Amino acid sequence: MKRAGFTTVSLPVLLLLPQLVIIAVFFYWPTVVALQSSFYLQDPFGFGSTFVGLQNYIDLFGSREYRRIASFTVVFSLLVTFFSLAIALVLAVKADKVLRGARTYRTLLMWVYAVAPPVAGFIAVIMFNQSWGPLTEFFGFFGHDYMVGVNFNDTAFSMILASVWKQVPVNFIFFLSGLQSIPRSVREAALIDNRSASGRFWDVTFPLLAPTGFFLLIINITYSLFDTFGIVDIVVKGEPGNNPMTLVYKVYVDGFRGNDLGGSSAQSVILMVLVLALTIFQFRLIDRRIHYT
Amino acid sequence: MRKLKLSTVLDHAVLIAGSLFMILPLLMLLQMTTVPDTEIIRTGPSLTIGDQLDDNFRKAMFEASGFSGENTGLSMLKNSMILGIGFAFGKIVLGMMAAYAIVYFRLRFATFAFWLIFTTLLLPLEVRILPSYEVVQWLGMLNTYQGLIIPLIASATATFFFRQFFRSVPEELVEAARIDGAGPVKFFIDILVPLSQTMIAAMFIIMFVYGWNQYLWPTMITTDEDMYTLVRGIKQIVQVLEGAVVPEFGRSNVLALVAVIPPVLVVVFFQSWFVKGLTESDK
Repeated sequence: MKRAGFTTVSLPVLLLLPQLVIIAVFFYWPTVVALQSSFYLQDPFGFGSTFVGLQNYIDLFGSREYRRIASFTVVFSLLVTFFSLAIALVLAVKADKVLRGARTYRTLLMWVYAVAPPVAGFIAVIMFNQSWGPLTEFFGFFGHDYMVGVNFNDTAFSMILASVWKQVPVNFIFFLSGLQSIPRSVREAALIDNRSASGRFWDVTFPLLAPTGFFLLIINITYSLFDTFGIVDIVVKGEPGNNPMTLVYKVYVDGFRGNDLGGSSAQSVILMVLVLALTIFQFRLIDRRIHYT
Repeated sequence: MRKLKLSTVLDHAVLIAGSLFMILPLLMLLQMTTVPDTEIIRTGPSLTIGDQLDDNFRKAMFEASGFSGENTGLSMLKNSMILGIGFAFGKIVLGMMAAYAIVYFRLRFATFAFWLIFTTLLLPLEVRILPSYEVVQWLGMLNTYQGLIIPLIASATATFFFRQFFRSVPEELVEAARIDGAGPVKFFIDILVPLSQTMIAAMFIIMFVYGWNQYLWPTMITTDEDMYTLVRGIKQIVQVLEGAVVPEFGRSNVLALVAVIPPVLVVVFFQSWFVKGLTESDK
């Protein structure tokens, strides 16, 4: 708050009201409903519900399918996070180094930020078209009969590729801005001390980028958990079947399509706990964030 | 000296490879819109540029693809625009108002209000899918623009962003304004809003792209085809392609491109604002 702030009371309340009303109606109310219905078993035809305590949660953790989807989600998130961070870091370091065409490269490498995830999924569907997709033909060349929507690993690979493609630009933008904020004096000092470029990168640049990297780590995990919904939905073409799917997609399939309100709500609550954990982790990191410069 | 040159060549090679990785998929979509669908079914994407773009564009934008005959590309484009602009505008207005109230007033529950807004970060739409849908249904807002936009426009991000900025505005400004007899409303509209122009522009670009690209929410609450946005329409496109005897790749790729081009142009043209807004708001 500013020292010389205004003292009126009604105006700030009026200013805050629209935001708080929307939050109450569209955030807190649904959350309370989700929490509550996770303890009930809903009649599939809408005739009332019975209190079942923790049964929905016990069912979930006992379900092989749920455990399978959870472990797929973990693997999926790790792969997407790792590859989109690694590729973006390499590109950002190079884009920071070159003199000619720096602007053009920057534009070419970041415009995909604006592409919607389902469109990324759509592109993957075309690239992996069964009969003539360029990437299907590429794998065919190595003797692998690539089948999206039939072969579990093939479908998963398409999802991961599309998710990485979509996420590289965000990481690139942050890494590049992190690199550009490293002071010239530090770079010059490093240049005198260490003659090997890779040595300079690992001893100076990389540690200086660590805060950006940690921040991006959380952003990327959140992205692979939640924002890849559109990619998953398009790549499996709305037919979950035996296809790989993420936990978020499962909530949607069970709740929205399968009408299993209790089970879906229990899954929502588990995801809320996950987001909470990630957020706490993120803020602890920011607290400890080391600034060398 | 020669070694240095080699490393420069290598740098460019890596960057060109990265750029191709990003742009080739889009060029492939584009190429497919220029050749007849019958050719695509036989050979898939190729290097030939045909003359079908006009025809495919006309089909995609003006002929309906669904059952109701109402979701032409043009109507989806209109809905996407409304969603993108309404979403960005709403988030900025609400965010600025809340941030102003929190920073410039001696309000006892300001911190509490701030925390209430903050906790929405913990509740992304994906974790409260079904109950949110039920609330909107109960309010009778399914298949309306209000239902599409209002539930999404509470924004912790925009509130933080403007809070940070308002805090950096010199204290003397508000003191001077008060001495000159300006009230809180006048100070906000005549001084603070003009000062925030760059911030507003940066936020608008990010939020427009974010709103335009919404998928899950429109998929749930719009069932009328004339309410579809382009991004929501992608799902239908894929389903139609699956079921067709001669899949119309030309037409569907035009729609996918139309769904991508406006936000991409915004990001490319306002690059420096966009990068500034992105790197400063998320920290």
